Amino acid sequence: MKKHRGISYAKWGYLFILPFFIAYLLFSFLPQALTIYNSFFDNYRQGLTQIGPTFVGVKNYIKLFTPDKTGTIDILKYAGNTLILWVGGAIPQIVIALLLAVFFTSYRLKIKGQQFFKTVIYMPNLIMASAFSMLFFTLFSNVGPVNQLIQAWGWSDVPIDFFAKKVTVRTLICSMNFLMWFGNTTILLMAGIMGIDQNLFEAAEIDGANSVQVLFRVTLPLLTPILVYTVITAMIGGLQMFDVPQVLTNGAGNPNRTSMTLIMYLNNYLGGSKNYGMAGAISVIIFIITGILSLIVFRTLTKKD
Amino acid sequence: MTNKKSADSRRARIQMTLLRAVVYFILIVLTILCLFSFYMLIINATRSNAQLQGGFAALPQGHFLDNLRNAWTDASINIPRGMLNSFFIAASTAVLTTYFSALTAYGIHAYDFKLKKALFTFIMAIMVIPPQVSAAGFVQLCYKFGLTNKFWPLILPGIAAPVVFFYMKQYMESVLPMEIVEAARMDGSNEFRTFNTIVLPMLRPAIAVQMIFSFVASWNNYFLPALLLTKAEYKTVPIMIAQLRSADYSKFDMGKVYMFILLAILPVMIVYIILSKSIIKGVTAGSVKG
Repeated sequence: MKKHRGISYAKWGYLFILPFFIAYLLFSFLPQALTIYNSFFDNYRQGLTQIGPTFVGVKNYIKLFTPDKTGTIDILKYAGNTLILWVGGAIPQIVIALLLAVFFTSYRLKIKGQQFFKTVIYMPNLIMASAFSMLFFTLFSNVGPVNQLIQAWGWSDVPIDFFAKKVTVRTLICSMNFLMWFGNTTILLMAGIMGIDQNLFEAAEIDGANSVQVLFRVTLPLLTPILVYTVITAMIGGLQMFDVPQVLTNGAGNPNRTSMTLIMYLNNYLGGSKNYGMAGAISVIIFIITGILSLIVFRTLTKKD
Repeated sequence: MTNKKSADSRRARIQMTLLRAVVYFILIVLTILCLFSFYMLIINATRSNAQLQGGFAALPQGHFLDNLRNAWTDASINIPRGMLNSFFIAASTAVLTTYFSALTAYGIHAYDFKLKKALFTFIMAIMVIPPQVSAAGFVQLCYKFGLTNKFWPLILPGIAAPVVFFYMKQYMESVLPMEIVEAARMDGSNEFRTFNTIVLPMLRPAIAVQMIFSFVASWNNYFLPALLLTKAEYKTVPIMIAQLRSADYSKFDMGKVYMFILLAILPVMIVYIILSKSIIKGVTAGSVKG
């Protein structure tokens, strides 16, 4: 019965991975193909009437990149917003995470209470982003505790409207993204540093290198692959930014759509008008950007082996 | 031991102490930053609307149960229902995701077949594609086939979870001796039974961690559920929180609002506080090794 071991077992391999591929095909691949297909059609609802689907070629794409009356190209504006909101959170996120990872793994510093600090800094990562954003909205609202403190301390006589200015809204979003992700990045980078051969650190020390030299000459160069991986996965994550700005600005991206992200834009077309044509075109563009970023990840990871 | 040498080592020791002080200072500042908003949330959830309008308070004020009652029985935002819906979706997703990811990983790990390498590479490649880029087509299909306001279109896609698959695969490479599987084969156990009764129990730590992660991800998920669950009785917690934001804010009992937010994040917080150690370990175990 078990003579044809190789052949009979291969069948089990296929069988076991089958559900994954069926689910992928039905719930990811098919919708993905449909999304791309749709992007070449007029297909939306206007009030109660359904328009299309009618084949329109690349009209949706042209429309996406056509300036409106004020001369702005929405998708570029929102891509810019997404980039700014991502960079503003990601730079402190990566710098602080790198510092903390070095601190935590330093056998000279011997930081105590590591488990506690790690537990605290990782916690915001698990918090529901929409609830976190709602919390910030209440805390920073005109009658919220932050404004109450500002007035009580006499820093300002009138409440500061954090949600009326571009700078403050963006700063709040960046801060939330930073708080939600720096703990996660710290833990990833720590694992990276602990994966480095400890003898190298000892050798550097015997050669008389100080902490800063060790950081820049040993730790960072050896950490580069994992750092690249972290940055690019963070970028792909940043591209998906939605919950925080959506809830904070109630979907409007206020003020003047300066905190509207690409996925919020996509959501606007999917929400009310069910404009699958335009939503499809936006998705394709996001897909292409992700594809390019992923290719870089893939390259850096496979180059290492 | 010369004088110069001991002076040097003293200076080095002072430097190290100073550096350590700076490091602890940074850590404490970050801790405060992380905890401030949650501390304010908990404090404000214990205050009445009048107290909240009246000014800042750093200590609890005894209206916790009132706020809880008001939030729990609110007519427009049915939070108990939302939590139940979210729990059902998240728990089912967690079970399906971990089980099928382990099964897929085992299929690739334990067997040799022609397409193995290609399929593995394929799964790795789709790992980074954000789910939002197929959302338009998914939403369209759901509306076309009447699958809105149903939970399973949000649960079943969890069967194909490349990230969890990768974690399971890594875990198997480090802990799963094929001798045990061979032994089970000798005993005449069929492959599917071997997986369920022998392999799966050995993966228990990995499954537990990934169950938590997928539960949390699903509990917090907002984008797709908001597009598909439009009827009040099917809404999940994140949709209700966003609804809170879009409602006329000035008319709200703020104590209740804080309580809603607290209820939304409390289940995950409690699990995290109990299991933080293994959760934090799980963050790295599946990622690339440096």
